[in-house]
Amino acid sequence: MRRVCNLQDIPKLGSRVVRTEAHGDIAVFRNAEDEVFALADKCPHKGGPLSQGIVFGKSVACPLHNWTIGLEDGEAAAPDKGCAHRFAVRVEADGSVLLDA
Amino acid sequence: MMREPGLPAATRQRLVLVGNGMAGVRTLEELLKLAPELYEIAVFGAEPHPNYNRILLSPVLAGEMKLEDIILNGREWYAEHGIRLHLGKTVTKIDRRRRVVVADDGTEEPYDRLILATGSNPFVLPVPGKDLPGVLSYRDIADTDAMIEAAKHYQHAVVIGGGLLGLEAANGLRLRGMDVTVVHLMPWLMERQLDRVAAGMLQQSLEKKGLHFLLEKQTAEIVKGESGRVAAVRFKDGMEVPADLVVMAVGIRPNTTLAESAGLHVNRGIVVNDTMQTYDPRIYAIGECVAHRGIAYGLVAPLFDMAKVCANHLAQFGIDRYEGSVTSTKLKVTGVDLFSAGDFMGGKDAEEIVLHDPAGGVYKKLVIRGDKLVGGVLYGDTADGAWYFQLLKDRQDVGEIRDHLMFGNAHLGDGGHEGQSKAAGLPDSAEVCGCNGVCKGTIVKAIKEKGLFSLEDVRKHTKASSSCGSCTGLVEQILASAVGGAYQPADTKTKPMCGCTDLTHEDVRKTIREQKLLSIPAAMRFMEWRAPNGCASCRPALNYYLISTWPHEAEDDPQSRFINERAHANIQKDGTYSVVPRMWGGTTSSSELRRIADVVDKYAIPTVKVTGGQRIDLLGVKKEDLPAVWADLAMPSGHAYGKSLRTVKTCVGSEWCRFGVQDSTRMGIELEKMLYGMWSPHKVKLAVSGCPRNCAESGIKDVGVIGVDSGFEIYVAGNGGIKTEVAQFLAKVATHEEVLEMSGAFLQLYREEARYLDRTVHYVKRVGLDYVKKKVVEDAANRKALYDRLLYALSGYVDPWLERAKGADRAQFESIPA
Repeated sequence: MRRVCNLQDIPKLGSRVVRTEAHGDIAVFRNAEDEVFALADKCPHKGGPLSQGIVFGKSVACPLHNWTIGLEDGEAAAPDKGCAHRFAVRVEADGSVLLDA
Repeated sequence: MMREPGLPAATRQRLVLVGNGMAGVRTLEELLKLAPELYEIAVFGAEPHPNYNRILLSPVLAGEMKLEDIILNGREWYAEHGIRLHLGKTVTKIDRRRRVVVADDGTEEPYDRLILATGSNPFVLPVPGKDLPGVLSYRDIADTDAMIEAAKHYQHAVVIGGGLLGLEAANGLRLRGMDVTVVHLMPWLMERQLDRVAAGMLQQSLEKKGLHFLLEKQTAEIVKGESGRVAAVRFKDGMEVPADLVVMAVGIRPNTTLAESAGLHVNRGIVVNDTMQTYDPRIYAIGECVAHRGIAYGLVAPLFDMAKVCANHLAQFGIDRYEGSVTSTKLKVTGVDLFSAGDFMGGKDAEEIVLHDPAGGVYKKLVIRGDKLVGGVLYGDTADGAWYFQLLKDRQDVGEIRDHLMFGNAHLGDGGHEGQSKAAGLPDSAEVCGCNGVCKGTIVKAIKEKGLFSLEDVRKHTKASSSCGSCTGLVEQILASAVGGAYQPADTKTKPMCGCTDLTHEDVRKTIREQKLLSIPAAMRFMEWRAPNGCASCRPALNYYLISTWPHEAEDDPQSRFINERAHANIQKDGTYSVVPRMWGGTTSSSELRRIADVVDKYAIPTVKVTGGQRIDLLGVKKEDLPAVWADLAMPSGHAYGKSLRTVKTCVGSEWCRFGVQDSTRMGIELEKMLYGMWSPHKVKLAVSGCPRNCAESGIKDVGVIGVDSGFEIYVAGNGGIKTEVAQFLAKVATHEEVLEMSGAFLQLYREEARYLDRTVHYVKRVGLDYVKKKVVEDAANRKALYDRLLYALSGYVDPWLERAKGADRAQFESIPA
């Protein structure tokens, strides 16, 4: 796990993109409860950048064709089928966001 | 969620459902959505099968589907929800004092709440021979099996009853190779759904399929043969027809035996109130066994509405009421397009609009009372059935459109399915949805296999009609022909904004205005939104309603805007963006073009394209380059990405054109500058032409201005997109100032009253052009007030590109390096 940013650097109900060598772009999301989630920035449908979607509850709507992807498990909401790769992420007491990628 | 059936659940109330059919199980499904943990549930079903789709028995009989295809909820569904399922047990007694139901095998279930969904029984003619072997009714899987079996061994079938069910049975038996005669007491078929002309056409087309008809024949006796089985049917007039199989389909009666034995009030059906409760408030009744406001419904559609209301009450929300249903009918006989709804016979105070083309096999009758459509029959071309039904249900004023009402909504301007408008004639391989590449066969298969009933369901499962929506009419038709009367278009007047609330768009707007709500969290709190931060559908709408109702006061939440409006550029399929700088009225200059060329080189922008709106599109720009691109361009945003003012297209007009009578380019620039930065329910496009040759195509714009010698004609609510819609004449004015005020007032009315994602055409269709004229043209003071409110809302707007080029909102455009 390494520090990528501060919680405050991610907008509430928004995301930031972390660019990695090994795993490509990773979207780090923050919801209204200040929980953070990390998914590969690629919708399982047609590869849309999930980081650009609208975040609500524990879901994000892909900006390309509006698939709903669960932030906790990366799974597309039924009846759509597919899964975005998940990455471990957490917030430290000092607000640092740690990402395992 | 797996629950062990029978787990002690002291806190849970006990709910028992008697009747494992579509109405009852639908209620449970609705209830589980609202309050999954509230009840411990037990279900009794007299048939040995789990819940199946009764309306698809006809395709099973016809050999188009198999029994296992029509199961709606398999046994695993009951297990998954911890529901105790008692199959093959008929409940014979309700002990209301002890609150226990008892089945014929002695099984008892105690209840706190009870739902009766006992359905209906087929009516059997009280004639001699009615109990002979080979005499059936048509109601359930057992009947269907018996008919299929009979078709294997016998030749002559007689169906008594030329109604919906009888004809479907006859068609199925014919397809199974029997020689079928339909006997009907009335002078024409389906007299409760069709008038004489349509019924005649139907009879003809069924005769072509090999069916025989005997009309105005009263059955006197069913004659026993030597084998003890039925041999013939004899009529009052003495005539006799041979019959090895007799199917009685002469109507149904609500099954109220159980309710009556329990002392519940019954009058035709089990009498219920608007929350589906019987005279014992712990006992609910729904579906075909019910009499609501004196009506017992024999079709499937109303039960979905009933189920919602009943579930809502059981979930202890208690805010929903069932107020009756308007029903429509669709015959499920392959190859016959037939639709009927409402009061199709008319009468003294009604008027009829009729189109009859016997050779073409098309008949349409619309019945109008006052300015409202009250009923109709369509034969041969039912493309507009759903649309008419919607007008009927919404009680919409059709006065203004009655001159073209007959020609429907689907006949013009639809793209994406080769101009086809008749679903029944399409082969399974025909592409219906050109956006998502969905064929008719795929849709039909999904509807049947997955048990879909609503357009929403079909969209979710097949994607058909879920993108541009131009094939919606066709998909609705396919749905209607697959599920028959079970299909009901949503009542758009009372349709909630989304799953997060029960309020309509109009309710939400009104509340925002009256309560002066200024932020999304405040609005959601006040209106008791179900999901704490809504969903991707309601948040952008709420954000728009807030900022348009309270400009300069409400908080504009970027996270509730779609990415294009957040990034001020248009996202492309590969995640890059397109940049369209504003060119006022389609004019540009050498220095702008030079800057554009330099930007293209500097940022290696792969594609440069001239748009349909007289501007230049730079495609394939990386998000991180956007602020620098904007800085180098030094041109204002073209808002080609927003629910906002897009372009004002112009022709060169009187400055250059030898025909031009008005300076359309200047007029266009003035309009564009006035409206710059205007957010709206959907995108807004304008055009100004300098003479009636109309080279700027003003006839298909939200606001289209056409210069004439004496001034300008203003047209509104046109659309050149998904469905071509010709703009309608609003007013004629003399001066540029008047054009600005009239157009501005119209757009402000649209901004204040349209639902989010309605284009002007949808808004004007709903409220009517007369209403718009009253508010904008005839009432000068109101026009001025609207115009002033628009100018106030637009005052002080800062170009979003300029701001961001200077460093605003920087984080959005920067990724975090690992």
